[in-house]
Formats: sequence, structure tokens, C-alpha cells
Amino acid sequence: MSLRAKSFIKRTKKGNVIKVIKEHYLRDDIWCSSALCESCNHTDALLSATPRATESFRTPHYIVPDTNVFMNQIDIMEHPAIKDVIVLQTVREELRHLSMPIYNRVNAIVADKNKRFYAFSNEHHKETYIERMKDESPNDRNDRAIRVSVKWYANHLANGKKKAPITVVMLSDDRDNREKAKSAAIKCSSVRDYVADLTDSPELVDMVVSAKDASEAQAKADGKIEYEEHLSQVQIANGVKNGKFSQGTLNISGHNYLEATVMATVEGKQQNVYIVGRKNMNRSIQGDTVAIQVLPKSEWKKTASVAIEEDEDEATEMKAESENTDGMDVDNALPEMPTAKVVGIIRKKWRPYCGFISKKSIHGTEGSTSAQNVIFRAMDRRIPSIKIRTTQAHTLAGQRIVVAIDSWPTTSVLPLGHFVKTLGSSGDKETETEVLLLEHDVPFQEFSKRILEDLPAEGEDWVVLDKHVHNERRRDFRHLNVCSIDPPGCTDIDDALHVRALPNGNFEVGVHIADVTYFVKPGMPMDEEAAGRGTTVYLVDKRIDMLPSLLGTNLCSLRSNVERLAFSCIWEMNENAEIVNVDFTKSVIKSKFSFTYEEAQNRIDDDRMQDDVTKGIRTLNSFAKKLKQRRLEKGALTLASPEVRFNLENDSQDPVDVELKELKDTNALVEEFMLLANISVAERIYSKFPDSALLRRHPTPPDSNFEELRRALSEFNISLETSTSKELSDSLDRAVIPSDPYFNKMVRIMTTRCMLQAQYFSSGTEAEQDFRHYGLACPIYTHFTSPIRRYSDVMVHRLLEACIDADLTYGQELTDKMRMKELCDNLNFRNRMAQQAARSSVELYTNLFFRNKVVEEDGHVIRILRNGFVVLVQK
Amino acid sequence: MSRLELLTPEGLRVDGRRPNELRKIIAKTSVLAQADGSAYIEQGNTKVLAAVYGPQEVRHRMQILHDRAIINVEFNVAPFSTSERKKRSKNDKYDNGIKLQTSQFPRSQIDIYLQVLQHDGGTLQACINAATMALIDAGIPMIDYVCASTAGCIDKQPVLDLNYLEESSDSPELTVAILPRTGKVNLMSMESRLHVDMLESVASLATEGCEQIHTILDAVVRDTTQHLKDSLMQ
Repeated sequence: MSLRAKSFIKRTKKGNVIKVIKEHYLRDDIWCSSALCESCNHTDALLSATPRATESFRTPHYIVPDTNVFMNQIDIMEHPAIKDVIVLQTVREELRHLSMPIYNRVNAIVADKNKRFYAFSNEHHKETYIERMKDESPNDRNDRAIRVSVKWYANHLANGKKKAPITVVMLSDDRDNREKAKSAAIKCSSVRDYVADLTDSPELVDMVVSAKDASEAQAKADGKIEYEEHLSQVQIANGVKNGKFSQGTLNISGHNYLEATVMATVEGKQQNVYIVGRKNMNRSIQGDTVAIQVLPKSEWKKTASVAIEEDEDEATEMKAESENTDGMDVDNALPEMPTAKVVGIIRKKWRPYCGFISKKSIHGTEGSTSAQNVIFRAMDRRIPSIKIRTTQAHTLAGQRIVVAIDSWPTTSVLPLGHFVKTLGSSGDKETETEVLLLEHDVPFQEFSKRILEDLPAEGEDWVVLDKHVHNERRRDFRHLNVCSIDPPGCTDIDDALHVRALPNGNFEVGVHIADVTYFVKPGMPMDEEAAGRGTTVYLVDKRIDMLPSLLGTNLCSLRSNVERLAFSCIWEMNENAEIVNVDFTKSVIKSKFSFTYEEAQNRIDDDRMQDDVTKGIRTLNSFAKKLKQRRLEKGALTLASPEVRFNLENDSQDPVDVELKELKDTNALVEEFMLLANISVAERIYSKFPDSALLRRHPTPPDSNFEELRRALSEFNISLETSTSKELSDSLDRAVIPSDPYFNKMVRIMTTRCMLQAQYFSSGTEAEQDFRHYGLACPIYTHFTSPIRRYSDVMVHRLLEACIDADLTYGQELTDKMRMKELCDNLNFRNRMAQQAARSSVELYTNLFFRNKVVEEDGHVIRILRNGFVVLVQK
Repeated sequence: MSRLELLTPEGLRVDGRRPNELRKIIAKTSVLAQADGSAYIEQGNTKVLAAVYGPQEVRHRMQILHDRAIINVEFNVAPFSTSERKKRSKNDKYDNGIKLQTSQFPRSQIDIYLQVLQHDGGTLQACINAATMALIDAGIPMIDYVCASTAGCIDKQPVLDLNYLEESSDSPELTVAILPRTGKVNLMSMESRLHVDMLESVASLATEGCEQIHTILDAVVRDTTQHLKDSLMQ
């Protein structure tokens, strides 16, 4: 092994210039990993002995792509047809600096043994390491390093005893690099030329991202400039610093893709700033972090919003836009809204989009396979149309496809993209469900074998053994009258309750939660998968589980008359439902009944039932009422969001009827105790882990959120006080119009929409006064009660276990606040996506239900646009 | 967050070593003419100079021990030793657990001066190794070498001899010093959190490292002694 010293100069965060010296070892034991090679000592070769040969390169060969190939053509690299690829360390390092998402995707491919991508450490290989030459830019040095490695591979594979001839081909879209390679007798090709030879997967040609500079230069030559140039990152950073620009996330209106808002600080106040029109949005896309410049007051938006369905041809689009921006003649009574334009994009949020090809944009006759430009329309209406080039336009018509954006040059009205894959025909329920899962980034693939191996070996026959009771400090609650109350058809029961009178006149109330962490240990593949999924996603016709169903619906589920492991929260309460004492323990329970809400309600109401279980439910019910009363007095909000249920036809799963979910007393019963358990647990884990407790907060919504609603309500002489949740809840109670019984409910629904999202956070990252849960009006809160379907609860279980068991060993996953923060960010994201996916699923089924059907119902207009309105229909 | 990749998928570390490999060690003895014994050691980019004075008369009478010698260790980090120049205060927080036959020198004092010239992770181990070499060079009888090595844990993979980059990216680091002949452990020091399940494998890797270091140091000592012998024979 030989040694090189790497030294370079860098600037630290504080601005000091320092010299960094690193050791760099060069090795002679890095193998080529080819199955054919006999001179290397590798044990399990990754690269196959019979790689692909193509028309242009007739010798079987491995592929060595350069950095830009991965940067731009990652979709092709992920395609199953591309195998036996050598990923150089130089390339991986460059990728890491250029784009973390792509770097992670490359790492995922490398980890997938079936793809046969070999990560070759050329920088540490004695013969492929090169020093940067004088006057050579780092880029040129890296390109040379790639060429040297390709050359080494070619020579290495050509020499020595080989059973068959084999070589390597370099892929590069950089013409200069290719010329240099050719002069060094290295085989190379551009991606487009290479995939054109892969005749067995013709779709690859469509997936090639066209070299950016070519099309741009072409359009520039035509003299067409549609957009202003973006400012450079440095200009933006300076502008934001000196207050000339503001920074925020672009949020495009769902009704009108030409109108967006950015939450930003303008005139010293955090508020929504409008951005109107394509020109002002300046090529930014939904979710991008953008830098904006506020326009002069004379250009501020005064009009109400307009609903626009994206029109087919660009002419009408542009017309609609000009109408929109110029149409300020109406309604000067409306206040002016701060309006801005985008001057630069700080972080792009581009992702692959699901959608379809606009039929009108397809030219030529049926069956022709010549390449043509077509317009792709994303399912998400906030995303602009994307121009793609494809040879399979006719086969793709009427299909749901996935497309990625490549670039959006200043010269093009629409972004340019490329085809990624087909999902299926549109209107098909399966395809549409897949679309909505993909659109919301819900991981829905089956659990892999590696994950299923983590399940207990006994499978369905797993039972509670004596050792669980005796060796694990579990309390034995099997004799208690524990029962669970859930919606009908519920198979993943994660909570159960019991109550009993104590000799001293108080009551013992227990909430028992499925002990998921007994099966899911930190670091297991199953745990990592669950952390990635974050939550179970409920769609109308199916459920995307967070945990394998053996656990979720069987071993963890607290079903009746089976012994199950649980994590229990036991309170001692007096008659007024005030907590005297609280205790947490792992336990073993045997639930006596699993009721539906309705059954439990019937038992409460039926005076003839006088058994212990029924009496228990009655006690719990009366306690719950007291708890609720106390909570409401403190200012907890009762909000409404309409939830619907579909009755599906058994075979086809087509919706046959739709109804609103009904709420019973018993719903509130379970909810009250779960809230109480969550609060008790939150206090406990925060006391032990002040820096890294996983908690949930609900921030106070800013006043501006209520403005529209307040204006609307003032028409009815109703005022809305929003400074505290107590005042809000009181003013909601007063918002009644005697003639319209539905009015109050509607106000509550609309108030819900003004709220901010509740979030998970790590206690070390926020100030203690910000822990408040606004909606529930309690100072500290977490999620503990549904570990089967929420990962946050799994973490909270682990934290709580560490609190009660002094001997427990745990790692950094519970104590590192930054790691906890990252986890929380992911959980928040997954949760939001799961919610939206569920909502979209309901929408999909609503559409299916009302397809070819006319129903007359009464409704309330809740929002007026310039050319349309939004109606809330009650049923 | 762009976190540094400390272990590549093919199992190489940032500087190209495998997890169970030490950095390159260069050791020299008798580098200072003034001192009774001295040594210079490089473990990768960590460079330490050690000087031993004594056994000599105790400077402060108060401190005299009647049955053995007292050992005075002074540890100093040069301000230019890291890439960012910093002024550091003298401290001797390291009791480096050197095993001397101190009872042979009652009422005397042995001074060990340690100077870190360049810091690239693992200063404690380098200091212990340098002190051992300097004591041997001074001809002070010892029970055995004291060899020290660090080991840490990156993504649940135990790794030997962390450099500064690995040390500073929040990976736990355990320093172990042993007497290689008997395998007795003189010192185990760790200032970060390490999961107890990993402790055994990390400690055994560090011990393995100590043995490797012993081989290297022993070779150096034998080599210099051979030179000495050769020059005497001439």
C-alpha cells in the first residue's frame, strides 16, 4: 500500500481559510469484480461473464458512464435493461457534490445485486489514481481519471487468461470527452447512440434526456425568449440578506395554475404573497423554494381568483393569462394583495409526474413510430404541461404515464421532459390507484423477503409464553375485563381498555396498547422499512400497511380471547375522573370482547345489561364525558371535517353508495382515553429525554389565515375571535343561524381549513412554550396509541420503555436530537402525503360513483371565484 | 443533509483503508540529544514527540515517595498542530498508565514531556506509544511495552485507528492500551456514547490494533539496538 498526501485549501463556516491535509492510501487489492477475470482475488464477482453486446460494440462489454450520464439519464440507468455497469468512485464523489437525491438513487442501484452495478474505487487503486496536473481544472482532472480507469479496465480485461473476449465501453454525452477517449483508443458512445442499439427495449430511446445546450442554442438562434434569466445563487443570497428579495415555497392554487402564493416576510410581516401569471412565476414549479421580488404597489393584485382548466393550445392559455393580469377593472373594494415575481429558484422540487399525453398534440397516423413532440399533462393540476419527445405517441395515448422534467430553458414556454414509464390505461381503477400512490410518494411495494425474515419464526402460531410473563417484567392483566372498541371491520386493533373499582373508592383505568416494539427492534430491516413508510395509508378500497400484516392484523392486534403482549398505561382516578396516580408497564392481556362502536353503544343504552363489562363501559363513558367537558373548558376545539364512507360492491369493488361517517358517544369514549394516555406519556418521556423526546405540536394559526372566513362571516354579523383556542371555540359556539341548522357545522369545516398542520418534532429543537397543541389546548402532546399504523408511536414506545426500564440498553436512535429531527421531518412528510392520498382516493371514488349519474342535492356556496364557485354539498 | 460517507459500499474508508487497517506508522527513537530518552512517532498525520528525563532527584521535596519514583507527565498540543491555528492551554489530563518498575528508583522523579506536533485523530494512543518508546530509549526498566490503539464504530462496523475526520463526525472512539505479552489491559478510555452491544467487538479490534502496533514498535526498537550493537562492535 502506498501513500499520497492530499492537501487542499478550504474556507470554513466562520470564513477562515485553512489548509486541510488528508491521507490518501493507494491499494493493490481492489479487484475488478468481473466473473471472467482470473487474475483478481475477488470472491463473489458482481459483473457477469456474459454482459450485453450491441450492434456497434460487438464484443460483450461492461459500461462505464461518466458523471453527467448519471446526472441527466438516471432514469435510463435505473431501467432493468441496463446491467453490468462499473460506477467509478470519481463519479460517485462528483455526484455527491452535485445532487444528493441522484447520489442516493445511484447508491440504491449499487446496493441492488440484480442490477450488477459495481462501485470501483479507482481513486484508491494504485494504477488508476492520477494526480491533478498543472493548469488542469478539477473537472478535466476527473474526466481524465474516468478515462484512465476505463483504459485500465480495457487493458486488464484484455490481458491475462480469459475464457472469452470482453471489454468496456465508456458512456458520455460530452463530445470533448469522447474525442479525447477516442484518441486514447477507448471505446465510447453517447447515451442516445448506445440505447438506440438496444432493440429489445425501445422505450429507452424516449427516456433519453436531450443534451440541454443543443436545444437551447437552437431556440436562442430563433430569437425566442419567453422568460427572464434567473439570478445567480450569489445574487439571490445577497438579495435575501439585504431584504431586497424574500424566500419561500411556491404554492400554486389548485383552481388556477397561473396563480400561486408564497409564504414570505413582506414589509416586516409574515404573509401570503401572490404571484400571478406564467411570466412572473418564471419557470418555478409547485413546491420549489424560490426567491421573490415584491412588485410595485400599482401592480398588486386586486381581483378575485379565477378558475382555469388548463387549455389545450397555448394561444388560449396566453389569452387567459393576459385577461387575468389585466382584468383589474372589477371590484375595487377588494383589498390589494402583495404581489411579487420570481427572480430565482433556490431549490428545485422536480420529481417524476404521473399524467397523460394530450390527445390533440399527437400528430401523424395511427401506428407510426417516428419521433414527435407531444404535450404531457400531469394529474396534479398545479404542474404545467410538459413537452416530451417520443416515438410511441400513439400507443401511449389513453395511457397513464410517468414523465420527468429535464430542463426549462428561458426560450421555451413549457418545460422539456422525457418519458419514464407506463402505468396502464386511464380510468382503470388499479392504474388510477397506482397513480395516486405514486403522486403522493407512498411506498406501496410488497414487503421484501429480507423484511419478512424479521417476523417471528413461529408465524401465525406464535403465542404468549410463560417466559414473556416472568422474564420481561410484564404485569399479568389476563384476568381483567379488558375490551376494545373499534369501527366495524377493523382488523388492526391497537388499543383496548379496562376499568375496575379499587378498595379505596377510586378507580383503576387502563389503556392497553399493542406492544409492537417487542417485535420491531431498532436496526432491523423491518424497522427501517417502517420508519421509511412512516404510516399506514388508508384508501377507500385498500390499505397500504406500515408493518407486515402478520404483525399488524394478528400478532400485535389485540383481538378478543387471545393472549397478547401490550404496553399499558394505568391511572388511578377518583370519581371526578381526576388522575391520582399514573403508571406505565409492559403487560400481558387477554381482551374479553372486541366491540364495534355501535355494539358498545347498544350495551350502554340497554338497561337490561348489568354484567361487569357493560358496567365498566358505562363507567368509562361517564369518565370520558367528564374529561371531555374539562378539555372543552380549557379551550379544546371541536372542529368538523366531513368524512365519507363508500359501500363497495363485493366483487367489482365499485362504489354503490356513499354516506357520511356517523359519530357515536363511544367514538368519543375511546378518543378521550387515548388523548389522556398520549398526554401522560408525553409528560413522562419529556422528563427523561428533554432533548430527544418525540412530541406532537399544533402551532397557533396566524391571524391572516382567518381573514377570508372572517370577511365572509361578517356578512352574517358574526365575529370570529382567534387569539386563543378558547376564544375561537367560544365564538364558534356562537356562530349559529337559527334558520340554517347546517350553518354551524359548515363554519367549523371552514375553520378546520384555516388551521395549520399538527407536526411531530424532537423536543430539543423547539422552545418549550412552542410545544403547545392548539387544537387540543394542552401544553404537551405525543402519539402513543397506534403503533401498528404510525411509526411515531413506535418511537414513543421505545422512549417510554427506556423511561420505565432502567436496565434497558438503547442506542443513539433515542438520544440524538438531530436524528430524531430527521425522523420527524420524514414522518410529517409521510403523514401529509398519506392524508392527501386518502383524500384523493375518496375523490377518485366519488368521481367513479357520480360517473354517468345526475343527483340533485342542496349545497352551500363557500367560495366565489371570478368565473366559478366552490360548493359544499351536505347529505 | 450532506453527510460525509465514511464507509463506501465496497468497504473502504475515507482515506482508502479497510476497517481493520492501521494508518502508516513511522517511529524513531533517540531523536533528541539532550533528553535521557526520546522518541518520535507518526501515526498517519498525527505526529508526537516524547522526551524523558530521569530518573533524577525529585524537584520538590514534598513529593518524595520513599518506596518508588514519581512520574510527572506534561502534555502539550502545539498551536500549529491542527489546520485551524488555536492557542491551547497546557493540561495533563491523560494519566497514561505507563507500567514502570518504579520501585527500582525510590526517592526519584521521572519526567515525561509529550508534544503533539500535528493532530489528526488518536492523540492519546500516539502519546502513549511515543512515551513507551522514549522510556525504552531512556533505558528505564519496564514490565512490557504499553501499546495503545483506538477503535470506533461507523454504521455498526467496528473500525480501527480513526483519523480526525472520522473522529469528528460523531463516531464513538475507544482507546485501549495493553501489555502485549500478557494481554493485560492498562487503560480503556472513551468520551462518547457507544452502544453496549458493540463494545466487545470494538474493544477486541482495538486490542488487535495494539498487537499490530507492538510488532511495529518492537521491530523499531530491535533495529536501533542492532545498530547500536553494530556500532559498538566496530
